[in-house]
Amino acid sequence: MPIKHPNLRLERMNSAIPAWHGRIAENDLQPICQNVRDGGGRLVALWGSDERAQGAGFALHVALVNETGMVCLTLPLPGEQPSYPDISDLFPAANRMQRATYDLLGIQACESQDHRKWLRHGAWQNGSFPLHKDFDALHSRCEEPDAYAFVKVAGTGVHEIPVGPVHAGIIEPGHFRFSVLGEKVLRLEERLGYTHKGIEKRFESMSLQQGAKLAGRVSGDSTVAYAWAYAMAAESIAGATPPDRALWLRALLLERERVANHLGDLGYLGNDVALSFGFAQFWILKEQLLRNNAALFGHRYLMDSIVPGGVVTELPADGRNAIENECAMLEQQVHILRGIYDEHAGVQDRFIGTGRVEPKLAALLGLCGLAGRASSQAWDTRVQFPCTPYDKLDVQMATHRNGDVAARVAVRFDELFESLRLQRKILQNLPEGEILRPLEKLPAGGFGVGMVEGWRGEVLVAMHTGAQGSPARVHPHDPSWQNWPVLEHAVMDNIVPDFPLINKSFNLSYSGQDL
Amino acid sequence: MYQILKQIIKTGIRTEAPPQADEAMRLVPQRLQQEILNVFGGALAIRMVDAGSCNGCELEIHAVNNAYYNIEGMGIKFVASPRHADLLLVTGPVSRHMEVALKRTYNAMPEPKLVVAVGDCACGCGIYGENYAACGPVSNVIPVDVVVRGCPPTPTAILQGIITVITTNRSARE
Repeated sequence: MPIKHPNLRLERMNSAIPAWHGRIAENDLQPICQNVRDGGGRLVALWGSDERAQGAGFALHVALVNETGMVCLTLPLPGEQPSYPDISDLFPAANRMQRATYDLLGIQACESQDHRKWLRHGAWQNGSFPLHKDFDALHSRCEEPDAYAFVKVAGTGVHEIPVGPVHAGIIEPGHFRFSVLGEKVLRLEERLGYTHKGIEKRFESMSLQQGAKLAGRVSGDSTVAYAWAYAMAAESIAGATPPDRALWLRALLLERERVANHLGDLGYLGNDVALSFGFAQFWILKEQLLRNNAALFGHRYLMDSIVPGGVVTELPADGRNAIENECAMLEQQVHILRGIYDEHAGVQDRFIGTGRVEPKLAALLGLCGLAGRASSQAWDTRVQFPCTPYDKLDVQMATHRNGDVAARVAVRFDELFESLRLQRKILQNLPEGEILRPLEKLPAGGFGVGMVEGWRGEVLVAMHTGAQGSPARVHPHDPSWQNWPVLEHAVMDNIVPDFPLINKSFNLSYSGQDL
Repeated sequence: MYQILKQIIKTGIRTEAPPQADEAMRLVPQRLQQEILNVFGGALAIRMVDAGSCNGCELEIHAVNNAYYNIEGMGIKFVASPRHADLLLVTGPVSRHMEVALKRTYNAMPEPKLVVAVGDCACGCGIYGENYAACGPVSNVIPVDVVVRGCPPTPTAILQGIITVITTNRSARE
């Protein structure tokens, strides 16, 4: 049992990761969160649901983790004027999640200092809520401009630089408001939500199988992680375990996704410090990996390979050989390139000390995933809560304590090499057998979670099934929710031209956050 | 410096190794350079706007810039301002929150301007559909010349889309 509290009755969930679920009362939310935080635990996700159709009101759900596992808390709320105690003082990352939950469901964190909208700009009216089951899209439509109250920085010589939503490159859209003094950034404020396209509402009208495809498109660069987390959530509701071979293949795909993204980012990090050689080299390696993906699994980014119940792509007969050769090639090439990056004075001059997040700040703000590990936050779902096959792979976690761009680069390199090792080990030990036991139907009124360590950090999918057993509410959570606010701190006191470099070293998802 | 040069020399041979990619690259540059010379005097400037995609299409547009597809080697360049652009490359189901930004970007481009919609979502057959937050295909918001389907489309398909839009435009003029 991961948390002890007199009013808390926890039930072990049937999940691939150690997870518990419990219903709590309003007054218990803050003390339990405090308890978790004091024990070194973290907030993973916060979302709401409309349960008025089941004769109840609304509900707030909070997913917390500590060393022993995950606890999902459900706080039932009334159907009229639903509100709950603010937890953003305990977990600063909750701020945007709470505001987004209000925008989508109208349930509010009372006593919060910040009631500004977050995901809503001007596409639907204030006071109408898309995730209400009776939401009327037609009559809620509006065209008002996004009048957003940015925090003003005043003083002699301070000026603002607004950037975006359309950025000067091939990047997702978002708005950054820099307050600068000369070249130095005093403050950065982000305004996201531009790619909000109604993903959570869309899930409600989809079957379990269609939803798997949608989950794979929450954030295109993490399609394997999302599809796996979605499948894991569904399997946890059904109490089903996919065939062993399917689980091992999922891990193989996940590690390939990690390698592809790290290769791409390491290339762009070189490019951003004017070493275009780095981009050219790393993207050749990435392209080779993507082509191997297409040849072996039928898709360059491995989309739609994972479904609830298993996987639908089998490793071809020559697959093991091809991947082992690729791993050997990548290991050798990336080793050379790392040597070049490490020895390049210009590169190191830009990397070291830039965009630093001290471990203490990282812990306070809940920085997670790759960026967290580069600031001494030693969390990796594959290590703490290893599901099959990670429990047999002995994953070596990569961490660093400097928290700067150089540290995030170092962690990427280390994780890349570890992923190559894991792929080989998976191929050596890949069990024989079937790869899919299809999940047709889920029990009604169920609740399940899945959490997977994607390349960016922990990806969580929570699923609630309705009266018919179809997914009535699916909440995908991206680690970018936690990490975007930390980026605002990382750029403070850096010069404006270093922002693209710092931003790329985090490489956070817009779509995964905007939904 | 020695290590970098050594790596470049060694890599040069490697990139030409996959025969299939070489075939595609030999055909594509010839056609494209000819067309660009005819229409844009040897240089095509592209402004890319993500109007709400999942970032999958962006990955492949990045890939178009890698050494295998080498789009810059054909005289095609991604530019930072719509004022410098001949072609607008748009991805995503246009989210309602990006509708204004997309229209403004389009309006900021000088004539003659071309638009290529990249990916199933931008073409109207994506998974998100039209809803309270998404306008659906790009053609619902601005005029589109060419659509490139795929989820995401391959870099080769994206290149073909760009070639097609230039070819179509020239034929219409002649």
